[in-house]
Amino acid sequence: MFEQVFQFLVTGITVGSLYALVGLGFALIYNASDVVNFAQGEFVMLGAMAAIALLSAGLPLPLAAVVATLLAVGVGLLLERFAIEPAAGASVVATIIITIGAAIFLRGIALLLWGKDFHTLPPFSGDAPIRLGGATVLPQSLWVLAATGVLVALVRAFFDRTLLGKALLACSFNRTAAQAVGINVKVMLRLAYGLSAGLGAVAGILIAPITFSSYEAGVMLGLKGFSAAIVGGIGNPMGAVAGGLLLGVLEALGAGLVSSGYKDAIAFLFVLMVLFFEPTGLFGHKVAERV
Amino acid sequence: MKRWSNALAAVLLSLTGSGLAQAADPIKIGSFLTVTGPASFLGDPELKTLQMYVDDLNAQGGIKGSKIELIHYDTGGNAKDAVNFVKRLIKNDKVDLLIGGTTTGDTMAVIPDVEKEGIPFISLAGAVEIVEPVKKWVFKTPHSDRMAAAKIFEDLRKRGLSEIALITGDGGFDKSGRAQILKLAPDYGMTLVADEFYGNKDTDMTTQLTKIRSSGAQAIINFGLGQAPAIVTKNIKQLGIALPLYQSHGVASKTFIDLAGDAAEGVRLPAAALVVAEQLPDADPQKPILLAYKNQYEAKHGPVSTFGGHAYDGLLIAVEAIKRAGAADKAKLRDEIESTKGFIGTAGVFNMTPQDHMGLNLDAFKLVEIRKGAWKIVE
Repeated sequence: MFEQVFQFLVTGITVGSLYALVGLGFALIYNASDVVNFAQGEFVMLGAMAAIALLSAGLPLPLAAVVATLLAVGVGLLLERFAIEPAAGASVVATIIITIGAAIFLRGIALLLWGKDFHTLPPFSGDAPIRLGGATVLPQSLWVLAATGVLVALVRAFFDRTLLGKALLACSFNRTAAQAVGINVKVMLRLAYGLSAGLGAVAGILIAPITFSSYEAGVMLGLKGFSAAIVGGIGNPMGAVAGGLLLGVLEALGAGLVSSGYKDAIAFLFVLMVLFFEPTGLFGHKVAERV
Repeated sequence: MKRWSNALAAVLLSLTGSGLAQAADPIKIGSFLTVTGPASFLGDPELKTLQMYVDDLNAQGGIKGSKIELIHYDTGGNAKDAVNFVKRLIKNDKVDLLIGGTTTGDTMAVIPDVEKEGIPFISLAGAVEIVEPVKKWVFKTPHSDRMAAAKIFEDLRKRGLSEIALITGDGGFDKSGRAQILKLAPDYGMTLVADEFYGNKDTDMTTQLTKIRSSGAQAIINFGLGQAPAIVTKNIKQLGIALPLYQSHGVASKTFIDLAGDAAEGVRLPAAALVVAEQLPDADPQKPILLAYKNQYEAKHGPVSTFGGHAYDGLLIAVEAIKRAGAADKAKLRDEIESTKGFIGTAGVFNMTPQDHMGLNLDAFKLVEIRKGAWKIVE
């Protein structure tokens, strides 16, 4: 029994780190503009699919990964320039709707480019499972865990330690005031979209060997990542990680100890409870509205 | 005024009988398939196959001098759309027969209209409930999930295994397959010791498989479509579970082998003969037909799948029946489809009867094993 529960926990953490990695990408754009970017899942898909295409075109895996990430950054910048920027001044809700449209558009492009089939990347360091006590874990999952750790630290340091990060945050708090103190809001927004597209692409490339990828893979990953981000408190990179891990572990324990038929119901019930009692998420900033 | 003349013409036509006026009229085949959406990997090869063979037949002068016109709508896997399109096909496009209904959901949704209007309908969906109980106007060409379950159980019995664990997804195909397995298990002396579920878009099934590992099962059956069965297969290897794994005919495509990689080694599944066409003995009457279809499809569209084969079977069964009965009289056409005998298609040899509107027997399925990344027939 103990061995079983241990495997459930290991599974939960590996799945959770995947959600966390995707959820992290939501933080950048949210912090810059209060907008939830529903095309984030598509950035994840684009990174994975582009890397797969480049690999099969003959590029070595590390190079394919780098080029795919840069491509995704380019798409992020184009998206900001041609879809978000023309709508400057529109309400947050309108901008969110634009991102939904962009997501559908990107999915369509991927469908035309790569067809409807599922594709996969070879795992970075082999397929041989690693034994941890009675449980097993794939080497690729360790890559995901490690990358999540590194990226969280980087994103955190970016917002807390760099002037650029602070300028980005300032844009979301008060756009006019930010402009008044000399922050170029336009450039900041472009930066946010480019960076989070890159972050999404890295996530996509890391998880493709485990989950496979297809033109619509971004839908599910985006949804789970978004759940992770709001449970933890959107905008807080640490929160996304905590939310992702919590969701993953809950799903695994729910499936293992209760019933695999109710796995998602248990996880979503948890998300609802969190939003009900802590609307800003477990680690979100408390927002004080001044009347 | 126009409407009146149309109505008049229709009355005249029905009075004068069909044979006279039909000679130059095209034969209209109505089709509704899931070419986009989650089941697109089924509908896409089906449509390509239909278009390819309709073009071919027309290039050869059509059927007895009549050209064939294929009218197609994409349902996107939405049963509501399927119903609307079928109504349009019958009422506006005035098609002579229907070939389509990629998914069981689409097919079941349109059956009431098909039966009410009285139009021959050859479905390309899997579930056995489509032809059981028999519906007067409805036929189907793919193997049923019950046949898949029976084929797996036959092999399990041969290997002397009886304690089985089942793991299925949350799609229609999965649920229908699970129901057939539960229903047939007692007939073959099988006991189900675990019955686990996953979501079709889940990325990890090790939790469910950990439970199966401790359930004392002697073999695992996974019924599903898309990428999930490949993840199950990989997870089984990851956990080091050494039990025989059976998949369904839903994954009988090269994509599954590519995705599951080394973990697919030794996986067994029931599949249509199309995937092992080259390995059939030369005496097998199906072999030349399979190879001809495969070569023609692959020359134009890339790797062949069994799903396109179902469309090939449906179209050619219809063409044979039209040759015998003409397309004008729907009731006569229906009778001729029902009396299809010894038709050799990609799915097997079809022998339809008034009690059996599919006409395939268990021999139509081959039990195959994946060895070194390729399908091998299990003797």
